[in-house]
Amino acid sequence: MSDLSTQVNAAKEALDAHTVKMVQWHFNPETGSPFWLDQAGDFGFDPLTDITCFDDLKKFPLFEDDSLRGGPVQRWIPKGLADKPAYVFETGGTTGIPKSRVVMDDFRIDYELFSETLPDEMFPPGSNWLMLGPSGPRRLRLAVEHLAQHRGGICFCVDLDPRWVVKLLKKGKTEEAKDYAAHVIDQAMTVLEAGHDIKCAFSTPKLLEALALRLIDNGSSVKEAGITGIFCGGTEFTPQWYRFAREELLGPDVYITPTYGNTLMGLACGKPFDPADDYKITYYAPQPRAVVEVVDFDDHTQVVEPGGTGRVKLYTLTDELFIPGFLERDEGEREEPHEKYPWDGVSSVRPFHVFAKTTTVGVY
Amino acid sequence: MIEIPIVRWGEPYESMEKMDVVHFESGETLAQVHEANAGLIRMDMRKARRAREILREFTIDQLVDMMAEAGEYYVNDTLPLGNGDQSPDDFCKMQSATTGLPEHMCRMNMTKNAFVMKNMHQILDALTRGLPYNILSDGYGKEERGVMVSYQANCNAAGWVLPSNSPGVHTLWLPVIPLQIGLVLKPGPQEPWTPFRMYEAFAKAGIPREAISIYPGGTAKGPELGSAVLETCERSVIFGGLATIERYVGNPRVSAHGPGFSKIFLGDDKVDDWEKYIDLMADSVYINSGRSCISCSGIWASRHTAEIADALAQRLGPMTPLPMDNPESGLAAFTIPGAAEAMTGQIDDGCKSDAVTEATAQYRDGDRLVQDERCDFLRPTVLHVTDPDDEMADTEFMFPFCSVVECPQDQFLDKAGYTLVGSLLSDDEALGRTFLDATNIDRLNIGDVKTIQLNWLQPHEGNIIDFLFRARAFQDSPPPAH
Repeated sequence: MSDLSTQVNAAKEALDAHTVKMVQWHFNPETGSPFWLDQAGDFGFDPLTDITCFDDLKKFPLFEDDSLRGGPVQRWIPKGLADKPAYVFETGGTTGIPKSRVVMDDFRIDYELFSETLPDEMFPPGSNWLMLGPSGPRRLRLAVEHLAQHRGGICFCVDLDPRWVVKLLKKGKTEEAKDYAAHVIDQAMTVLEAGHDIKCAFSTPKLLEALALRLIDNGSSVKEAGITGIFCGGTEFTPQWYRFAREELLGPDVYITPTYGNTLMGLACGKPFDPADDYKITYYAPQPRAVVEVVDFDDHTQVVEPGGTGRVKLYTLTDELFIPGFLERDEGEREEPHEKYPWDGVSSVRPFHVFAKTTTVGVY
Repeated sequence: MIEIPIVRWGEPYESMEKMDVVHFESGETLAQVHEANAGLIRMDMRKARRAREILREFTIDQLVDMMAEAGEYYVNDTLPLGNGDQSPDDFCKMQSATTGLPEHMCRMNMTKNAFVMKNMHQILDALTRGLPYNILSDGYGKEERGVMVSYQANCNAAGWVLPSNSPGVHTLWLPVIPLQIGLVLKPGPQEPWTPFRMYEAFAKAGIPREAISIYPGGTAKGPELGSAVLETCERSVIFGGLATIERYVGNPRVSAHGPGFSKIFLGDDKVDDWEKYIDLMADSVYINSGRSCISCSGIWASRHTAEIADALAQRLGPMTPLPMDNPESGLAAFTIPGAAEAMTGQIDDGCKSDAVTEATAQYRDGDRLVQDERCDFLRPTVLHVTDPDDEMADTEFMFPFCSVVECPQDQFLDKAGYTLVGSLLSDDEALGRTFLDATNIDRLNIGDVKTIQLNWLQPHEGNIIDFLFRARAFQDSPPPAH
């Protein structure tokens, strides 16, 4: 058996064991959350006895993220963690009630795991960070700050309200949206010019592009500004944009790595850049805490063949949150395990074609 | 398979992302076009100055001559297309196959484009009112009458966000290159053919490739690319619907071209002879399958409107879809799913009004909407509208469609709304004067002129010279004492 096969089998065994452990935790009346305990009798099976491996999670109905809207958010807190300080992170919310996730330590754990994937030579430990992304009740804000702190640095942030940008765009106020984006870049430029010795950054593709072009207009560059490592997320991080960023925006001396994530799942890492991949972007979830599957468009219980196209399905299996299968608003291709991540990945992630026509993508 | 790369100031650029350009009837992929990302445009526009500098290495006269030569190549030669070649016949077939416009109409548009290219000197002479070219090149100079004038270019490169459905609009950007201004094109997803063919014809005639960028993108990417063009070019033109027009109202950097609501007005002195004008009216409605902003969508008269509608309906109603290569084919196909269905639904809703009667229904064997496997057609539709305030009195669709509106002559201008081309059939001087004064009519014809009969020596939706240049004060010596 090859090394990779051995790793894949080991990862699967670990995932099965972790799944059972998480189900036992979330459906134990002493430790589980009110949300799941209230439903435990409605499934037609007993989670405590009938879930013996990861694939058994398909016995659960799909998780509907609408159930994350509104209060009381305490229903999501596992009794076993009731004494811990909690944060609420929100997603959406341009109009109506946003979806909320209650978090204690997950964002720290997720980003500490992610930290291990960052090359130290490009993200030097002890260096300071620029967080060029959303502020407000967003996980990213605190997560990137924690990442910087975990790596021994300090994080400098900008004010960015993505809900306002989406509102402007929906009203067709593109000029105002552009002004707002310029306002965000102004803040980033101020941070970079203020002698904070920033070497690392998080950004979205759009904001990174705007920042790099501003620097170019000022006769400088991202490299000359001192930044050596950037991680960047979102479905706008396409292969063409990846190439454009490496070849033209940043140059060969600035490292950029794609990430894929959301408030529910955590952070999926990009497969390390390999010229042979021709800029194909492949993400691997932080198993066993989260799992990504690519499933048939018509049957979410069926994973497509390697290389096949399907909808992205997420699972979250942490002490804090149990999501036994949720259909993301994205689609992509299923990828084979990689030695660094010996489980399935997903490539070419893009908005689910049915939703793509109605999605408003803002500045972030 | 023909692959067509992006053009970045004359340099081909192969993207990681490509879109299939597909034959609307067979589903066959005719070409793969490389898709740009908005960042490429933003990056390249920072070098737009170079495009203008390169063009200024030639005189406008030289560029006008090159344009005429390019017109010959465009219409007659086999030219490179990406990694392949394309003959003039291939061009018409491919354009028809992706836009749904019958082949003979594609050829007609091709001839129209070539005419403009070959007559660029006369067109520029008319649009500049005889300004010596060196004044545009140098930025200032003295006219023959000894007056110093200065024209300053508003931009180094002008951007054009082009539609898929109307190959005729390409005439509008042709003056850009001879005016020594860089050209940035974002083709419509189904119509990459004209920009790339024109680009090759220009190059063969000696126009520097470095002056031109072409950024294709499919339906999903289009808005992002169009937005980047509008954001980065100091002057740009976009084609779209009413929402697009409204978005850019008052923005001096953007000229938005949309529905024309072009009309024919029959004066009271002529309306009793309406039968004499039925050919003029019918041609205005259906030539180019009613797809142009200059196609007539309204015929206004104070009386005989029911008879006019009936006569037009007899003429146009029986028309049916024919194969695209049939020289008699008069109806273009709708290749975007759902578009024709939505339009016919809108018309049916409009016909529920007491003031609206469809005149064509009785002369048409079957429904207005004809649905094929991969495309739809809408058969010509003439409405009789007895209330000029009715919604259907002033509307426009992209097929041979016309409302014949009953309206007192003295209310024509108040009720008709914006009109791109207005043809007034009247010898009544007082009426003519009110039309001359009316600011809601862009192109005014007084006389027997079809709305689709454009004289290229006249400006269209604003004078491109005024858009690309600004007249300003310039002095190289103190003024005379005063």
